[in-house]
Amino acid sequence: MQVTVKLFAGLRQGRFAIREFEFADGAGMARIVADIGISDSELGILLCNGRHTELSCKLEDGDVVSIFPKIGGG
Amino acid sequence: MAAALVEYLRKVVDSEGLLSWSAYRDIGARFAVTYREIEETALKNGFFPKRLQRQRNLFGAAAQLDLLKAKVAIVGCGGLGGAVFEMLLRIGVGHLLVIDPDFFDESNLNRQFLATIENLGRYKVDAALARGRLVNPVAEVETLNQVFQSAAGRARLALCDLVLDALDSVSARLELARLCAQNQQMLIHGAVAGWSGQMVPVPSDSEKMAQIYPGNNPETEPVVPLPETEEPLDNSALTVNAVAALQVAAAVRYVCNFGGGPETSAIKPESGLAGCFIDLLEPALERLF
Repeated sequence: MQVTVKLFAGLRQGRFAIREFEFADGAGMARIVADIGISDSELGILLCNGRHTELSCKLEDGDVVSIFPKIGGG
Repeated sequence: MAAALVEYLRKVVDSEGLLSWSAYRDIGARFAVTYREIEETALKNGFFPKRLQRQRNLFGAAAQLDLLKAKVAIVGCGGLGGAVFEMLLRIGVGHLLVIDPDFFDESNLNRQFLATIENLGRYKVDAALARGRLVNPVAEVETLNQVFQSAAGRARLALCDLVLDALDSVSARLELARLCAQNQQMLIHGAVAGWSGQMVPVPSDSEKMAQIYPGNNPETEPVVPLPETEEPLDNSALTVNAVAALQVAAAVRYVCNFGGGPETSAIKPESGLAGCFIDLLEPALERLF
């Protein structure tokens, strides 16, 4: 299945802004995040097709995933 | 007395119904009423403060009255807190509670609007109190130089209609969200890092703060405690002010509309509770949940 991954702000550094990935059917968000090499301490908000999602969520062909960095300053 | 006050207001407003600051001072002395009571009476009778003239049509008298009556807490008085405070003062929010235990440090000067060369080493909240008197003496500014988790902090927070998150740590934000959930209060989250930042309204019955910081919630994930972030990123005045403006806009939408404001309010957003992520380096605004 094909999944489009969008990264934001600092997560793009050394990675990409938007890229299409080919994953085995049934792959979940956790797998994608691990494959891209995003650590727990970098990981912020996760969206799938514009809606909030969890690491445990399974993906479907054509999904667009947005991954935001963890931001904690004020 | 109320009728006499309205009659007097009618005499002192200009041809457009605007009430000047000198009139507030005169009326305050003449009728022994607070500036806040004068402003409330003026707004209820179709007059408008001259200092707010340039937002008269933007917000309208009903929304302006909602803002005057609102009691808004600002938790954290650093970059976000100082900017949020300045804007809430200027748009005419009537009651502001500012909580921060910290003192100003030289490294705050690049982005914290309340920090000055003169007040380094002093309590941040004291600067807020002084700024309030200079910018909008109608606003009642209440300050607390303790952490929000203190007994006084919790007690005073509970009395507010709305809470703005201007903290600088993930764990404190999760604690604040739990406290606001207990109090059934709307919390408007803001955070910045580097060139980017985010704003998310967190209703008291939602899990949004835990969704913003996945893996950091000890109540749902009692696993190995995670670090806050890998390294604290630098922050500038740019992101701080962009995110603060998004937070204040959300506060206005909430107070004037979702907070049970009158039907006559001019502010009718379709998506009042939407959050967003802002990037100032590759300028873009992404809608969050």
